[in-house]
Amino acid sequence: MDELARWFSALNDARGINLTVAYDRFDRLRFLNGFLVTLQLSAATIATSVALGVAGAWLVQSRSRIVRGLVRGLVEFFRNTPPLVQLYFFYFGLSSLISVAGPSGAPAPAIGNFAWAVLALSLFAGAHNVEIFRAGIEAVQRTTVEAAESLGYGRLSAYRNVILPLALRVCLPALSNNLVNLVKTTSIAYAVAVPEMHYVANQIWSDALNVPEMMLLLLACYLLLVGGLVAGMTRLERALRVPGFGA
Amino acid sequence: MIASANGRPRWAGSLAATGLGLLCSATLAHASAGAGSGAPASTVEVLLRWLPFLLQGFAFNLVISALAMAFGTLLGALLGLGLIGRSRAVRLLSGWTMNLFRNAPRLVILFMCMYLIPFRFRLGGETIVLAGWAKAVLGLSLAVMANVAEIVRGAVQSVPTTQWEAGEAFAFGRRQILWSIILPQCAKRMLPPWMSLYAIITMDTVLVSILGIGEVMTLTGEALSAENRPDLLLPFYGFVLLLFFAYCYPIARWTARLERRYAVVG
Repeated sequence: MDELARWFSALNDARGINLTVAYDRFDRLRFLNGFLVTLQLSAATIATSVALGVAGAWLVQSRSRIVRGLVRGLVEFFRNTPPLVQLYFFYFGLSSLISVAGPSGAPAPAIGNFAWAVLALSLFAGAHNVEIFRAGIEAVQRTTVEAAESLGYGRLSAYRNVILPLALRVCLPALSNNLVNLVKTTSIAYAVAVPEMHYVANQIWSDALNVPEMMLLLLACYLLLVGGLVAGMTRLERALRVPGFGA
Repeated sequence: MIASANGRPRWAGSLAATGLGLLCSATLAHASAGAGSGAPASTVEVLLRWLPFLLQGFAFNLVISALAMAFGTLLGALLGLGLIGRSRAVRLLSGWTMNLFRNAPRLVILFMCMYLIPFRFRLGGETIVLAGWAKAVLGLSLAVMANVAEIVRGAVQSVPTTQWEAGEAFAFGRRQILWSIILPQCAKRMLPPWMSLYAIITMDTVLVSILGIGEVMTLTGEALSAENRPDLLLPFYGFVLLLFFAYCYPIARWTARLERRYAVVG
C-alpha cells in the first residue's frame, strides 16, 4: 500500500499527474466517503422508487376515479419536470415551511439534505417506474388474470401473487434502464451539498488543483457503478426468466 | 461555436419579454402605487413583476436545448452509422464512444466541458473565445450524440434483413441501400424516441445553472435573493416547475400519439 502511494507521489513529481486520492490519506478517505454516500443514495432511491412504482401501478388501476386521476396527474407531473428543479422546490421551498427549533434555538430544517435528495429523486424515478410497471401489467395476458380469479384470488392477492411477478419479468429491461438513469441522476444531489462523490471530487480539485485527474477518476467511478448495476440487473433477468416467454 | 463573451444572447428572450412587457409595466405601476402603504407585495404581484425576467431565462433554456439537439443529432447520426459500419475497428470505437457518453452522468459531462476546454484558444492566428453557454451546449450535445447513435442503430436493426437482400438483388450498392431503402423506413421509427430525448434534454438544461450560466434557475435564484423573502421560495420554484411542465407535457403526449400511429401492427 505504501509502495503504491509512493509510486503515485513519484508520478506527480515526475509527470505532474496528481492523483492525490492515491497517496494522500485525507483525500483518499474523503473520496471513499463520497463514493459510499453515492452508493447509499443510489440504494435508498432504488428501493424507494421501485416501491413507489409498485404501489402506484396498483393505485392507477383503482376503481375510484379520483384516486386514478390523482396518481396519473402526479406521475405526469414528476415525469415532465426537471429533477433538479424538483429538488430545489423540496429542499428550499418545502423545507423552509417545516422547520423545528435546532439545538441553539434557531430554526433548523426538520429533514436534512440527504433525506430530501432521496425523496426528490425517488419521486422522479418512481413516477417513471409507475409507467414501466403499468406497461408490464398490461402485457400480462387477460386469461392469466381470469385463471387467478377463478382460483379464488382477490384483487390484491392476484396482483401480488400472479400479476406482479409476471409483470416484473416483462418490464425488467425498461426498469434497469430507468435505474441506471437514476444512479446517474444522483449526481444532482451535489446542488444541495450532499457530500456524494461529485461534491467531494469538487472539494478535492479545488484544494489540489487537479481537475483533469479527478474528472477522469469520477467518470471511471460512475462507469463502474453503472456497469455493476447493469451486470446485476442482467443476472436478475436471467434468473427470473420464465421458460416459454420471450426469445 | 464562436460566441460573444457577454453571457447569453440578448435576442433569446426578447420575444417573450416584449409579449409580456405591457402586462409587466402595468403591474409595476400598481405595485409602486401600493408600496406607500408599507405592506409587503402579495406573492402574485411579485411573481408578475419578475415574470419577464424569468421567461427570458426560460427562453434561453429553450435555445440551449435546440442548439444541443441540433449538434447532437448531427454527431449522433454519424456515430450511429459508425455503429453499423462494416469495419470492425470503426464499430468498436463508435461503441466505446457511445457507451462512455451514455453512461456518464450528464452533470459530470457538463463539468468536464466546462473545466477541461480552455476559455479561449488560438486557431490559425485567430483567438477564439468560447463562452460558458457554448461549452454547455457542447456538453449537452455529447449526451445527445450518444443517445441518438443508439436510436439510429436500433431503428436500422429493426428493418428486416430481407430489405437489404432485396436491395442487393436490384444491384444497389451498400450506400444506396442504406440511403434510399433503409433510412427512409427508419425515419418514422426514430421520431418518437428522438422527441422524448428532446424533452429529456430540455429538462436537463437546468443543470447548466450549477455552472453559473444565466438560465431560468440562475435567474430565479437572483430574483429570490433580490426579494430576500423566504415565503417566496415555494411559489417561485413551483412556477419554474410549471413552466417546464407546460412545455414538456405536450411533447410527451404528442410523442405517445406518434408512437401509437407508427406502431407496427403484427
